[in-house]
Amino acid sequence: MVDALTQSMGAAPQLIWHRETVLPDLDLIVLPGGFSYGDYLRSGAMAARSPVMKEVVRKANDGVAVLGVCNGFQMLTEAGLLPGALMRNRSLKFICRDVFLKVDGANQTFSGNYSSGQVIRIPVAHHDGNYFADNETLNRLEGEGQVGYRYCDAEGNTGDAINPNGSARHIAGIYNDRGNVLGMMPHPEDHVEDLQGCSDGRGLFDGLVEALS
Amino acid sequence: MSASTVKKHTMTPTAVIEITDDVVAEHGLSPDEYKMVLDIMGRVPNLTELGIFSVMWSEHCSYKSSKKWLKTLPTEAPWVICGPGENAGIVDIGDGQAAVFKMESHNHPSYIEPYQGAATGVGGIMRDVFTMGARPIANLNALRFGQPGHEKTRHLVDGVVAGIGGYGNCMGVPTVGGETAFHSSYDGNILVNAMTVGLANADSIFYSTAAGIGNPVIYVGSKTGRDGIHGATMASTEFDEGTEAKRPTVQVGDPFTEKLLLEACLELMGTDAIVAIQDMGAAGLTSSSFEMAGKGGVGIEIKLDQVPQRETGMTPYEIMLSESQERMLMVLHRGAEDEARKIFEKWELDFAVIGHLTETGRMVLTVDGETVADLPIDPLSEASPEYDRPWVETPLPATLDAADVAPDVDPMEALAKLIASPDLCSKRWIWEQYDHLVMGHTLERPGGDAAVVRIPGHNKALAVTSDCTPRYCQAHPKTGGAQAVVETWRNLTATGATPLAITDCMNFGNPERPEIMGQFVGAIEGMREACLALDYPVVSGNVSLYNETKGTGVQPTPTIGGVGVISDIAHTTNLAVKTEGDCLIVIGETVGHLGASLYAREIAGIADSDAGAPPPVDLAVERTNGDFVRGLIENGEINACHDLSDGGLLIGLADMALAGNQGIDITIEADMPQHAMLFGEDQGRYIVSCSAGFAAQLINKATEANIPAKQVGIVGGKSLKLSPDCAISLATLRDAFENWLPDFMSPDD
Repeated sequence: MVDALTQSMGAAPQLIWHRETVLPDLDLIVLPGGFSYGDYLRSGAMAARSPVMKEVVRKANDGVAVLGVCNGFQMLTEAGLLPGALMRNRSLKFICRDVFLKVDGANQTFSGNYSSGQVIRIPVAHHDGNYFADNETLNRLEGEGQVGYRYCDAEGNTGDAINPNGSARHIAGIYNDRGNVLGMMPHPEDHVEDLQGCSDGRGLFDGLVEALS
Repeated sequence: MSASTVKKHTMTPTAVIEITDDVVAEHGLSPDEYKMVLDIMGRVPNLTELGIFSVMWSEHCSYKSSKKWLKTLPTEAPWVICGPGENAGIVDIGDGQAAVFKMESHNHPSYIEPYQGAATGVGGIMRDVFTMGARPIANLNALRFGQPGHEKTRHLVDGVVAGIGGYGNCMGVPTVGGETAFHSSYDGNILVNAMTVGLANADSIFYSTAAGIGNPVIYVGSKTGRDGIHGATMASTEFDEGTEAKRPTVQVGDPFTEKLLLEACLELMGTDAIVAIQDMGAAGLTSSSFEMAGKGGVGIEIKLDQVPQRETGMTPYEIMLSESQERMLMVLHRGAEDEARKIFEKWELDFAVIGHLTETGRMVLTVDGETVADLPIDPLSEASPEYDRPWVETPLPATLDAADVAPDVDPMEALAKLIASPDLCSKRWIWEQYDHLVMGHTLERPGGDAAVVRIPGHNKALAVTSDCTPRYCQAHPKTGGAQAVVETWRNLTATGATPLAITDCMNFGNPERPEIMGQFVGAIEGMREACLALDYPVVSGNVSLYNETKGTGVQPTPTIGGVGVISDIAHTTNLAVKTEGDCLIVIGETVGHLGASLYAREIAGIADSDAGAPPPVDLAVERTNGDFVRGLIENGEINACHDLSDGGLLIGLADMALAGNQGIDITIEADMPQHAMLFGEDQGRYIVSCSAGFAAQLINKATEANIPAKQVGIVGGKSLKLSPDCAISLATLRDAFENWLPDFMSPDD
């Protein structure tokens, strides 16, 4: 994640220790993937209660852009910044593979470099990526354009057989209602240069830099 | 403190245990070994001391049956920074950087408790690597399971794979490669061999030699519990009906603590605090303290009451023999304790000064000031027993005649069956459960010849692989040992890497049986010759013996892990065919050797014992052919490359077609029986792909270098085609390749 951000920003991001209680002035907060506290409780549940998260929530509510990837997405739902929860994959197994995502390009902060309906190839690597929310919430997310990314095939078709983890309505990533918080399970940072086999994820970071600078 | 004042037993509510013959036998010591104990001690040891002798002299810790032979392996080259004997081996990869790597077995525990056994195997090997100051950047694993029909196989595959993934994924280290195979000889003893490759600065390597009388001995990491007691001794005996009862000897992993330990250790290594550091692996606090002191020729006094403990009422015996995971022992410079403590407290890990170095050459253990054990260090570490066990050579079997190996089977039917066989089928079901992309530097993912991992901030990469062909080793251990080494060398070469060095993980049966010992000796001899011929030394390794149940041993399995460097990532390749019209050329001579082949086993149904000699390995030819192929890659003259091994030419072509999702028109002139040409497992061969315009030039170039090179196909279409009526579509082939393992693992779906 640090490498991908550095490539797009031209400068390294600042790393913040989880016990910090004050955040500096910043344009973007990124909660990267990983296994915070080993995910021994629910994924992201303990990290969502780290001292620094109070400040992250405050900044998010002030309108600062927040990106949570994988474990970061799980933390965002646990912290209440995004609705729903990430349950264990339908297969009950960890899954690491490339998937195709259909982008909803309407969010100018996070998807400015993608066109609406564009299909991108990005890897997933998670055990708990099966997005769940009640129907009312799902309807609202869809109705308000808050579904940022959906699992699909190379042609953009969705379906249960294509969905890697059983996630509701094939959801891979969602925005909060204000549009300044994005949580997504796939790892765009692992597809930012051709050497990695694909650079489709680069657009997200380049778009962020353009939108926020 | 004189020996006679040592208390017989301590701090424990249990009664003093008398050291009877039965107690000695339970500790895995032979009567002769116990006599040596009495001579060394000059008295009857107490139970703690006996336990320490037991683990330190176990096969697992002492290498008593194997070290005579391991010493014959070549371990030096100008690029070797550290050879065997440390926590891991180290090679120079240029730019002041070093690759630190080792492979280790966790066979016995993984059979008893597959998830935790495999998980802690991964944890242990990563600790070996970061102990030396390296950040792990790639994990691999070589797995051998029993036959698919065995009642335990599915359960073991499921647990082992989940355990490896559970630990490695949580640590954030990509698991990028390995191999998995099945054979009835592993029904009662699976093999779980885990390898870690780390990256360090060549001028900032940490070793385990204790030094500086009076320097503090520090314990960091997790607390000590009662798990894993006698794991090393358990791993040094055969299995029998009572094996299930040994579950408490298996350790329980905590990968998040290990992640904290990794970061804390690397942070401390950025200071000048550390004199020596050693992870607590097999035999825990005992082996780490004895090995560090033994290497430094010093003594240690340890206050056991200062050891952080997870449970109450632990005896000295339990504390010394616990194999609780995620622990490290360090010797610091005097005065550096506070600086170090701050770092470990920041990472929320235990940090305890538990003792200091002495000049006595003895290990003195105390509880509340009272001595509970007092042993000399040297006889338990550097001067532990060494055996020259009797051995008999395995004779080379007769060569199998191709005419006797199912000559009339339709080649495409045979291909479809072979590629769906347990050993050749896709292992995607396994490696998709491993995060193979975390860190973002995986350039070649699992499924190819070798995985390729970029060195951050540089234009270079490491290629890593693990290989062994146990059926060759069974048929003729010397040939099999050499073949395992050359196959890793070929796999690295096929990516364009320059192979640097290997780690070995020697999995064999009971060495007290001369034929098993002979397999070990033979395999070592073959490996030695191959390493010498290829300038490809052994820098680290591990021996796992007694992989045997009720008198039946596993196929001899000297797993080899190879590491190579790619100096410019612009000049690397993989096995996927790229462009329609490209020509496929086999480099190396095809003679159609079907002995000990997968075709003989899977298609002709020939029993292992009748399958004849394995393909001979010509080391000079390997070197010539490999250097030639590497040159082609470095020059950018070819756009795909695949080493030929299991299953032979047709399997190799199928692998390349599937990886590139393009068909191949096969254009061979058969100057031998067709099945021998298509499925023979002749060594020293690669298939390369180049533009049609360059093919003639490439063949000329090879011919000038006296290297056989023959065009065998052209890329195009959507099938693998020998002739218009002998073809198989890519879709059919892919189904056969991809479906066997998921179907096997989920029979009800």
